[in-house]
Amino acid sequence: MNKPRRVLQRSMMLPVATRYLMPLLLLFSVFLLLRGHNEVGGGFIGGLVAASALMLYAIAESPAALRALLPVAPRPLVGAGLLLALLSGLVAVASGKPFMTGLWIKTPLPVLGKLGTPLLFDVGVYFLVIGIVLWILLTLAED
Amino acid sequence: MTIVLPILLPMGMGALSLLLWKRPLAQRVLAVVSCAALVGVNAWLLMDVQQVGVRVVQIGNWLAPFGISLVVDVLSALLLLTVAVIALVVTLYGQVGIDEGRVRSGYYPLLHFLLMGVNGALSTGDLFNLYVWFEVLLMASFVLIALGGGRENIEGAVKYVVLNLLASTLFLSGVGLLYNLAGTLNMADLARQLPTLQALNQVTLVAILFLIAFGIKAAAFPLFFWLPASYHTPPVTVTALFSGLLTKVGVYALLRTFTLLFVQDVAFTHTVLLVMAGATMVSGVLGAAAQTDFRRLLSFHIISQIGYPLMGLGLFTQASLAAAIYFLVHVMLAKTALFLVAGMVERLQGTFDLKKLGGLYTRRLDVAVLFLLPALSLAGLPPLSGFFAKLGLVKAGLAQGQGVLVFVSLAVSLMTLYSMTKVWNEAFWKESPAQLMPTRSLSPWLWLPTAALVLLSLWIGLLPGPLFALANQAAELLLHPELYVRAVLGGVP
Repeated sequence: MNKPRRVLQRSMMLPVATRYLMPLLLLFSVFLLLRGHNEVGGGFIGGLVAASALMLYAIAESPAALRALLPVAPRPLVGAGLLLALLSGLVAVASGKPFMTGLWIKTPLPVLGKLGTPLLFDVGVYFLVIGIVLWILLTLAED
Repeated sequence: MTIVLPILLPMGMGALSLLLWKRPLAQRVLAVVSCAALVGVNAWLLMDVQQVGVRVVQIGNWLAPFGISLVVDVLSALLLLTVAVIALVVTLYGQVGIDEGRVRSGYYPLLHFLLMGVNGALSTGDLFNLYVWFEVLLMASFVLIALGGGRENIEGAVKYVVLNLLASTLFLSGVGLLYNLAGTLNMADLARQLPTLQALNQVTLVAILFLIAFGIKAAAFPLFFWLPASYHTPPVTVTALFSGLLTKVGVYALLRTFTLLFVQDVAFTHTVLLVMAGATMVSGVLGAAAQTDFRRLLSFHIISQIGYPLMGLGLFTQASLAAAIYFLVHVMLAKTALFLVAGMVERLQGTFDLKKLGGLYTRRLDVAVLFLLPALSLAGLPPLSGFFAKLGLVKAGLAQGQGVLVFVSLAVSLMTLYSMTKVWNEAFWKESPAQLMPTRSLSPWLWLPTAALVLLSLWIGLLPGPLFALANQAAELLLHPELYVRAVLGGVP
């Protein structure tokens, strides 16, 4: 009797494609994040795109490889994101305005455009969403 | 700024607890410090609001009715303070009452987010925002029940979440219909616009949707069965916290919407409330009579006690509303204390089954006294806090000519007394059964917070004056929505 062949043959295509796709997707997620205030995009959708790029890596390689790749674990990322969002609202309080009032710098910067506390809030959301999605998916993947 | 703090403080502490995930001890200390700070902030807020009446913050400086307003009046501030006190007591109790495993799977972040949700719901002035806060506290409490992962926990959690999601859906439908009618969801703006609409039937329909939705959340008749099905599964510390906070937020939402928004057809809506109140009292207390498990019995009494503030709301006079608010504070304190005592009894003898318990009166007189005081208060015996609350409701009921409901409420009090006597006889008075486990020792972490809570409950009974004055002020504000509207909308025409 023939031995059955190994079913789980690792395909070369996905890891190779991921090597090119992941940086592009991550860049795209930052683009979405920065574009978000007045146009389609924002911290939430940017975070989802970034998290799916990272999960693509986890599928192509392994969940453990992704954990090794991440500079920060998902859970602290959630906490840091929340704190950042909270901080963005408190900036206004420190200058005597109601909580979460949007404060902007006067002159726009090149590339980034106008900077303000709403962007800081969006960055907080961005990290929060990456953290939550990776936390859930990695837990499921490693179970 | 102060009125945002009750939301921001738990949020920040929740985020910090996430960062301290692997350090349970730091999380425990942080939780105690945070809850103590919350008590301080909310007490300060109450003193402030007592002077001004209503405090408003327009979040992000977006003016009402376009942005989200946070509004804290005397009712909100009083409940915020009560919530913070209960949270502090339960957190201290939880130093021993919550096991290491639960802390390691995220008990403390969830606790903070639960408090954030409760505080948000108590202080928002926007209906959609209220929906969001309800979801926050629902998610946090759902995971708190499920934490620990036993079959029983998951079963309780699923029952809890399904019914509450149904309530949220109904609430959201009501919010949608209301937005369609009035074009705004700011409560103050709605209060101004609803009387001018030529759509009484539609508004009443929305009122009934809200009544059902908040009725489920408050565990009122007829949709209360999720509560006894789920409250006995988590550790008693969590049950005590839930009994003090969750259903009471539902009652608060009813108090707010049925004094501010739905007052066009009082003859109909508030009569429905009165019928609901009577049925809730009776079904809760009858359910309790059939129980032989300490915690299940107390869970049914939560339902029964919800009927009393609903009765105060249904009667819709200043005296009845003041009594309802006083009752709400009284029952939050007394009920939490009873659950904490139940936890102590379980520690001592290893079971919640009343048949197997016994002999605690001779062995632990202190625990027996800690049970007896809130239990008699719940039944409404003078000079404890429950007596004054019920006296106020009975007087208001008689003044409105609601003799039948007053009779029902008194009969239910008697049944409550019977039920509490049953617990007393079984757990404390009777001879201890032979196969009983040896009485273990009791940590002061359990004893002291419970004793402090019982003392507080005793204090508002022996000296009811200050709390009654506050409740009266809150009720006066509820009956003068124009003050609320003016505070929120200010100069907006």
